[in-house]
Amino acid sequence: MDLKLKIWRQASRNEKGQFVDYEVHNISPDTSFLEMIDILNDELVEKGGDPVAFDHDCREGICGMCSMFINGHPHGPEAATTTCQLHMRKFKDGETIVIEPWRARPFPVIKDLVVDRSAFDEIIRAGGYISTTTGGVPDANAIPIKKVNADLAMDAAACIGCGACVAACKNASAMLFVSAKVSQFALLPQGKVEAKDRVKDMVAKMDELGFGNCTNTYACEAECPKEISITNIARMNRQFIGAKLG
Amino acid sequence: MTKINSKIPEGPIAEKWTRYKEHQKLVNPANKRKIEIIVVGTGLAGGAAAASLGEMGFSVKVFCIQDSPRRAHSIAAQGGINAAKNYPNDGDTIYRLFYDTVKGGDYRARESNTYRLAEVSNNIIDQCVAQGVPFAREYSGYLANRSFGGALVSRTFYARGQTGQQLLLGAYGALSKEIKRGSVELFTRREMLDLVVMKDGRARGIIVRNLFTGELERYSAHAVLLATGGYGNVYFLSTNAMTSNGSAAWRAYKRGAYFANPCYVQIHPTCIPVHGEYQSKLTLMSESLRNDGRIWVPKKKEDAERIRKKEIRPRDIAEEDRDYYLERRYPAFGNLAPRDVSSRAAKERCDAGYGVGPTGLAVFLDLKDAIVRLGKDVIKARYGNLFDMYQRIVDDDPYETPMMIYPAIHYTMGGLWVDYELQSNIPGLFVGGEANFSDHGANRLGASAIMQGLSDGYFVLPYTMQNYLADQIAVGTIPTDSPEFDDTEKDVRARIDKLMAVNGKETVDYFHKKLGHVMWDHVGMARNKAGLEEGIKMIQEVRKEFWSNVRVPGNPNGINIELEKALRVSDFLELGELMARDALHREESAGGHFREEYQTPDGEAMRNDKNFMYVAAWEYPGDDKEPILNKEELNYEFIEVKTRNYKTA
Repeated sequence: MDLKLKIWRQASRNEKGQFVDYEVHNISPDTSFLEMIDILNDELVEKGGDPVAFDHDCREGICGMCSMFINGHPHGPEAATTTCQLHMRKFKDGETIVIEPWRARPFPVIKDLVVDRSAFDEIIRAGGYISTTTGGVPDANAIPIKKVNADLAMDAAACIGCGACVAACKNASAMLFVSAKVSQFALLPQGKVEAKDRVKDMVAKMDELGFGNCTNTYACEAECPKEISITNIARMNRQFIGAKLG
Repeated sequence: MTKINSKIPEGPIAEKWTRYKEHQKLVNPANKRKIEIIVVGTGLAGGAAAASLGEMGFSVKVFCIQDSPRRAHSIAAQGGINAAKNYPNDGDTIYRLFYDTVKGGDYRARESNTYRLAEVSNNIIDQCVAQGVPFAREYSGYLANRSFGGALVSRTFYARGQTGQQLLLGAYGALSKEIKRGSVELFTRREMLDLVVMKDGRARGIIVRNLFTGELERYSAHAVLLATGGYGNVYFLSTNAMTSNGSAAWRAYKRGAYFANPCYVQIHPTCIPVHGEYQSKLTLMSESLRNDGRIWVPKKKEDAERIRKKEIRPRDIAEEDRDYYLERRYPAFGNLAPRDVSSRAAKERCDAGYGVGPTGLAVFLDLKDAIVRLGKDVIKARYGNLFDMYQRIVDDDPYETPMMIYPAIHYTMGGLWVDYELQSNIPGLFVGGEANFSDHGANRLGASAIMQGLSDGYFVLPYTMQNYLADQIAVGTIPTDSPEFDDTEKDVRARIDKLMAVNGKETVDYFHKKLGHVMWDHVGMARNKAGLEEGIKMIQEVRKEFWSNVRVPGNPNGINIELEKALRVSDFLELGELMARDALHREESAGGHFREEYQTPDGEAMRNDKNFMYVAAWEYPGDDKEPILNKEELNYEFIEVKTRNYKTA
């Protein structure tokens, strides 16, 4: 396959960025999207140019590091798929592909396609855990948990923290991310002790960091590579109101 | 006379760890915050250790290479975590988990460490449940288990196919809690490039490169913990993440730490086969699939050939014309034979001409019988995410046609040598998780890597590091402007300058791929003397060519991905040679190390316990000198050493 690429290049956080046109040729449809970028970068390096900076690591869809906005979609056009798991067979020969970084105020661009997502870590630090310490805990089977709740908690916990939900949202809201963590613990008896503080503190931190509000467009759910459900947001809202009321 | 002191406590095996804890030294709670600890790596071992040490009150600095601690490669562990809970009432005990692990490791692990691992395994499950890890449960509300290779009991706890992710997020939560509390300070996008060892021989700090600014930074502490993972990426293609590398361990080796058993590499039997030269990494299909999947190739060569040419489909092969070779060769364990055994069996069939797929380097993993028996919905609930991943990569529907798999580099049992306290021979340098060599011998069983990472991190290192630190309170803060810090930073800077100055024609990946091919062909699944000798020469040639013809564009100030890769590959080019040397010296077959000269008539690995029942701990004598071999003899007091047998129960 031959492809035209329009890639966002930006030297640093404080400099202005722009789209730059590239071409790649003879790409096998079995190549992954990131391998296609690898091939481009190899060519750029051979010509003495600066390779395109992008985040990636596990390349099997679980670490949440890859973060490209491809043809108007976070992680590209294929549903339930991270950029690293996207393959070129999903594109047409001769197609022009537009590649941008996540665009959201709380995720400033560091270089090219690399953004700073440390805001997500800050939200987790505000309370996205159960404050147990190592040791001194009961036997794992001491508290039976309904399978349906354990499964729902797992559905929520599958979030990889990539930030696609924020990138997809016109308000740059982090509600899907925050609600996934809040839900995971709200569904488990272990998480109930700190539930009220957790939801209040995480939401407050999310607001403080400049993430926008949720206006129910469902774009986050549609673009989430792990299919995290919007029902988590509803659950968080109930938790939040409950916590505020007392 | 060996210089090795493994510091194994006296007493019966089941009492050693308790006795150690009863007699270890402690630090006064008020003094703990005056003692600093560096933890490099935020995977299961590093993340859990940093959180636990922070909870205890120590001042911890933790470093990760990614943008967040949550992205460490432990996150990719799929299938599960072992523990001797015996919830299914199928006869499991701590001793049995210990026994299976030592046997699985082909009697090349240190007995006392492995027993401790089995002993604390149950605490790990309790801890993770308390943290809110959503393990799979039965309708009763109690925890579910499944089976993994090398065991006849069902002792693996799991969270769908994302167990590593959930356990890591548990540790990340604990770590986040400590960062918020102020006991742990987090440094992201930092790569450790050297270890600082003081004149008195103690490890007291690290030099890291800030991957955003390119600056070299100095950090000091009373003790350093490396939890930097394995070195599987020396092969270029592996199931490891792209940034997984061996540099922290290799730099520690070059500062005097022993590197143990570098040739013990795990080649995982169930990975998606290689499909092209541009491929950047290999993807694992969890071993848990072998619970319900059957592995086969055609019985007739002509059928295999026609499948390769796509003239017929797998389902056209009649049942009696299929060779379920694991069930045939290992009736007792069947498709749940351990990884090393299963990988070699796949290679044997493919080498004999029965392989499938376009290259002939693949076998079938078939869940058809299970789909018929249990229904598609059950299989989907168990393995849905794996099937989806397979379909995305291969563009084939595994519900309709068997998956194709082939062995791939997955894990390194070798690593920095550590004693019972997980301390290297450099005082103050501790090593946890895959980065050390300690618990798995020559082959690791499935669902045991994350068990070891969390065992080291939550339950072993917080004790043993405290024992070391008890007399360090008088030392005070360690300055970073000492001659040792100056010199170490100077060395790092010189290495970077040298790489930038080569200004050659080929990319870093060109050399990495070249090295990877040599390693796979000569230091891979089957090794022999002539091949290893040739391999060593070839590695030396690639290294020479690298240093005269690599191109690192840009400058070292700021983000420079090619420089990052070049630093890692320059270390792999040295580490690869040590792996080959270790493989050459070990004239036996054990676990993942298979020497073609040493096998039984039916192709099974043949150990040489008389001459090789030891840990090979390699010492760095300086450049251009042969590495020095130190031996730690392995004494099995509590297990009878036998030939590994998976044919009968």
